[in-house]
Amino acid sequence: MEQLAVSDPFRVRGQLDAANVETGYQNLVKKNDDGALSLNVIVSGVHCAACIQKIEGTLKAQDDIESVRLNFSSGQLAITWKGNEDRANDFAALVEGLGYGVKPFDPSTYDTAQKKEERFLLLCLGVAGFALGNIMLLSVGVWSTSAETMGGATRDFLHWISAIIALPTIVFSGRPFFRSALKALSKAQTNMDVPISLAILLASGMSLFEVINHGEHVFFDSAVMLTFFLLVGRFLDFKARQSARSSANDLLKSVQGFATVIEGGKTSRVLIKDLQEGMIVAVPAGETIPADGEIIEGRSTIDTSLITGETLPQDVEKNAYVHAGTLNLSAPLKVQVAKAADDTLLADIVKLMDQAGQSQAAYVQIADKAARLYTPVVHVMAIAAFCGWFFLAGMAWQDALLIAVTVLIITCPCALGLAVPVVQVLSIARLMKKGIFVKSGDALERLSSIDTAVFDKTGTLTYGELRIVGPHNPQSLQVAASLAAASSHPVSRGLVNSFAGELLQVDDIREIEGCGLSGVINDQPVKLGSRAWCGDEKAPASDHIEIWFETDSANKTRFLLTDVVREDAAQTVEKFDKAGVGSMLLSGDQKQIVDAVADKVGIEKRMAQYDPAQKFREIQALQNDGHKVLMVGDGLNDAPVLSQADVSIAPGTAIDLAQQSADIVFLGDKLSSVYEAYALSQTSQKLVLQNFALAVIYNLVAVPLAVAGMVTPLVAALAMSGSSLLVIANSFRIKFFT
Amino acid sequence: MSVLMYLIPIALFLGLIGLCAFIWTLKSGQYDDLDGAAHRILIDDDENPSDS
Repeated sequence: MEQLAVSDPFRVRGQLDAANVETGYQNLVKKNDDGALSLNVIVSGVHCAACIQKIEGTLKAQDDIESVRLNFSSGQLAITWKGNEDRANDFAALVEGLGYGVKPFDPSTYDTAQKKEERFLLLCLGVAGFALGNIMLLSVGVWSTSAETMGGATRDFLHWISAIIALPTIVFSGRPFFRSALKALSKAQTNMDVPISLAILLASGMSLFEVINHGEHVFFDSAVMLTFFLLVGRFLDFKARQSARSSANDLLKSVQGFATVIEGGKTSRVLIKDLQEGMIVAVPAGETIPADGEIIEGRSTIDTSLITGETLPQDVEKNAYVHAGTLNLSAPLKVQVAKAADDTLLADIVKLMDQAGQSQAAYVQIADKAARLYTPVVHVMAIAAFCGWFFLAGMAWQDALLIAVTVLIITCPCALGLAVPVVQVLSIARLMKKGIFVKSGDALERLSSIDTAVFDKTGTLTYGELRIVGPHNPQSLQVAASLAAASSHPVSRGLVNSFAGELLQVDDIREIEGCGLSGVINDQPVKLGSRAWCGDEKAPASDHIEIWFETDSANKTRFLLTDVVREDAAQTVEKFDKAGVGSMLLSGDQKQIVDAVADKVGIEKRMAQYDPAQKFREIQALQNDGHKVLMVGDGLNDAPVLSQADVSIAPGTAIDLAQQSADIVFLGDKLSSVYEAYALSQTSQKLVLQNFALAVIYNLVAVPLAVAGMVTPLVAALAMSGSSLLVIANSFRIKFFT
Repeated sequence: MSVLMYLIPIALFLGLIGLCAFIWTLKSGQYDDLDGAAHRILIDDDENPSDS
């Protein structure tokens, strides 16, 4: 909802203009070794090439700029220049002037571990790819002829070169698997990487032994191919979960900004995280209150919907206690900071979210489940093959071991390694085209298994903004909307949003605190405000929010507004119902409002007036009863619940914190996106299971051959690449589902 | 088969050049912003097209 307010054009036009200019960026400037200054900020609203060009071009046009680079994916803008530190504010203002949001950002707190991991995987993949290509080149030579025509010396030579390429590659590129396998083993557990590592190591070790003894079959190509294909799977998997839920550290970053501190009659801009208890902060109308505190001067209305989910703003005055994250609507306030930024209600919410993050770690992905079943079976089979050939058939131990190793290689889950990530990456890309952004690959897996969908009310089932209901006079609406355009109060905005026409020129606009607005239109004084101020006291009460409009004392009209339910909300709930997923409404708002919305969309189970902690416990209770819960919500009050639920979805209009804690974010007005994501997750889960089935069928054919000792390096190479391609081809079938 | 003595090292050397190029692109951060790169190709930075 905060974003809605910021994008409101009337905010910029009105008296709130001054509030939006941020200064204080000089505090963030870093000095480089060569004397140049650098500034890092996060730019929001960048969505096309023209945006990149506009931002970089505008800054480059400044004389003192040395370099500008905007990272499109992360929104990071890095500026370096020579000269004055205070120029940082000019640069920020320039970008803001272009219509983009700018937020201070400290790169030292930014988690670069993911970047490193991505580079590491790519490097391993690149090296494995290089080695695979070259070894295959040599192997094809060996396969295409026999030892008699080629000569044993030439074959040994080709084998030795393969070994020289393969062994360092295995050591280098196999590290992601070895590390993870060691980690699992040191905890006396096993995962998919244990059989993988074992197969790769045994295959290379055995092949080296064969080369030294002038053997016929070496499996270097298989070992490297295995590494390469599995790294592809690992990289896709990493990509799919790259932007997985952010750490609590990232969440606190979202409230990083500046506050205006008044000290001894002077004002200064201070980073919000540096606010201290007892400081006095000036909060202009239209700005978010930066910290919990007590009002020491001023009277205003504040929008608490982000914290409590209540649609109606609250009147506050001196000595009232206000929470960080609430929006000051009508008049400037002075607030004495009660708790430092680490100890606010927001920080409490972050703590709840930490708690939620820990419980989520228990989730076991389907690929790991498969590995737990699969690993013992494969190892027992390899040992059985060795024992069978060695003890029963009386084979030489080297030959028996070679057969055991081929069993490990052939069963090694190339196809299994690709089964999940390929489907996930394709599904995520498909949803992205529909404006649904999935932040982690396993979110789809979790989404497919839900049995309860919990919705927030304001901004989720409803549009989150007021609209006029009931009969009204279009002419008075035009005049009222023209006057309302001067205010950022939700009711005023509701009037403006409900009116689609030309606004009139209004003179002498005044905002009377706690009452309403007055102004002059066509020499006619008009008033817009509360019943007590300009309304008819005798009019019957209404269920909806009312605002009165007066042109003269005899002519008073009433507009009724309400937070309208999304058009497809009822339809979405019904679809979930048909799919066997029960719906529930969880809101912080008044009971009668919640009831009205719930009746309209057809949700039986509803809870009203719940605070964030109560919501959190409600979800926990559901989970303890064995339910898998999907949470759909948009406010700050929903953030902990979004993290706690098994999977969560937030609309694109949600506040940053909610968007960050949700697994999936959808753009646009349609709540049916939630169902679409659910439907696709079911399809993708079906494909994953099919892929597993394909891998099992492949093993049923290949394993007896391997145990029988009929698998040569050529057969192994064909079988592995064949099964991998089959799994990839099957995954692409997701393109045919709508 | 003695020609292999020359050909295989040459093939490996060419492959290594490719690998080094890949490592260079990786280290210089060319994979850090793939979405951005996809958009940047559309930016027309040729400021005076009439000059050429």
